[in-house]
This record gives sequence, C-alpha cells and structure tokens, in this order.
Amino acid sequence: MSETKKFMYVNRKAPYGTIYAWESLEVVLIGAAFEQDVSLAFIDDGVYQIVKGQNTTELGIKNFSPTYSALGDYDINKIYVEKESLEARGLTVDDLLHLTWEDENEDWAEKDSIKVVSSSELKTLLDDSDVLLNF
Amino acid sequence: MKLGIQINEGPYTHEASITALNYCKAALEAGHEIFRVFFYHDGVNNGTRYTTPPQDDRNIVNSWSALAKEHNIDLVVCVAAAQRRGIVDEGEQQRNGKDGNNIAEGFRISGLGQLIEAGIQSERLIVFGD
Repeated sequence: MSETKKFMYVNRKAPYGTIYAWESLEVVLIGAAFEQDVSLAFIDDGVYQIVKGQNTTELGIKNFSPTYSALGDYDINKIYVEKESLEARGLTVDDLLHLTWEDENEDWAEKDSIKVVSSSELKTLLDDSDVLLNF
Repeated sequence: MKLGIQINEGPYTHEASITALNYCKAALEAGHEIFRVFFYHDGVNNGTRYTTPPQDDRNIVNSWSALAKEHNIDLVVCVAAAQRRGIVDEGEQQRNGKDGNNIAEGFRISGLGQLIEAGIQSERLIVFGD
C-alpha cells in the first residue's frame, strides 16, 4: 500500500450527545499510521468538538478534546474550520483549542494547524479529496 | 469499479444498512466489485446472528450474510466499536472472557485499519449513515 491518497475527515456533529465525534477521532488516530495525506474539516455543530475549555464532569463521559492537541504529533496539521459555521454559533477562532504542529523543515518551528476557511473554499478542499469520511 | 462501503448505523433504527445492501446488490449486478463492507458506530449491530425480527419483517443480518456468501464479500465489523456494543466472535470471546459469541455468518471482526485500507484500495468509498 505505497499509494498516498488525500483523506478528508468531515466532522459535522456536536462532541457529546452522540458518539460520532469520539469514534471519528479514533479513526483519525488509527489512520495516521497509514502515512496518507490527512485533512480534517469541522463544520456545522462539529465546530464545538474543538472548542476550548470543555468540561464533561456532569455528563459522565470522557472529555476527549485534549486528544485533538496530539494530532500535530501524528503529522496531522491541516485542520479546516468553516467560517460560516463558527459565525452562526457566535464563535471565533479564539474560542477554539490552540492546535499546533512542529515543522521539521524550519527547525521545528511551532505553527498553527487550524485554518478558518469559507464554505466555498471548503468546497474546493472537499472536491480535491480522494476519500471523504463523514462523521 | 472497485467500491468500498462504510455503514454507520444499526439495521433497524435507520435505513442506512438496507440502502447499502440494495446499493451493493445493484453495484454487483452492474459489474462493479465490492472490495469490503466496513461496519462502524452502531453499524456493528448488523453483525449479530441473534437478530430475530418479527416474521413479517426483513432479516437484514441474514441478507448481508447471504450476499457475502453469494459474492464472496468481505464484511468487517470494527473491533473497538464492537466491544462497546457487545458484538463478539470466538477470538473476542476468549480474549475478553465472555460466555458466548454472536457474530453472524460471513462477518469478521477486525481493526479500523481495514477501513483506511478500503479507502486506499477502492476507487470510491461510499458512506451510509447520518
């Protein structure tokens, strides 16, 4: 399996209430071992998955949001958040986790992984993907 | 065309599984190849042979087993999702000390890597679910 494809994980659902977000993250982490070209998109209520300061104590479910911060270590650093979805929910990029990666080509400089994109920019990104996994 | 299929919903709450089943049948009739069907989330519930719908309802699990047998299709249930939801084969039964197993004929339990591989090897990965 030497072939490299563009995998795009589209996260559309709130982090809690259903298990889709958590099990999607499990696919992303397992998939990271396959050395594919991986991107993540967060749209609709999916943007809540990467909101910072999550507290699930009273829900009785694990707060898995810290795991997103590990994605950079798995060479997953293309994380797209749809602008319109943020705006519709009164959120800005400052409300999101600060997700970063270290660029080995620039002396391990820390760079931001999150890029806020418009819905039309996201459409192009989805069109350019080989494998779309919707969660 | 070589197709990969992902099913994210159980057989009876949601139409995703039966739609995928009909899709697979139509694709095979049209001469396409099904590389693998991967069951994830509640989709793993498609893989228990204990499913017993009323006589006037469809047995979707048996339909998958029959399709797999007829066309030699690889039906894979995600192990992590299966463990959460009590879908067990002989290996999982022994590994986790369970008193039985319930995997249906033609299904096997394996890892999420099988889904990624289906994405790499297939020309299209089609996802059924919400």
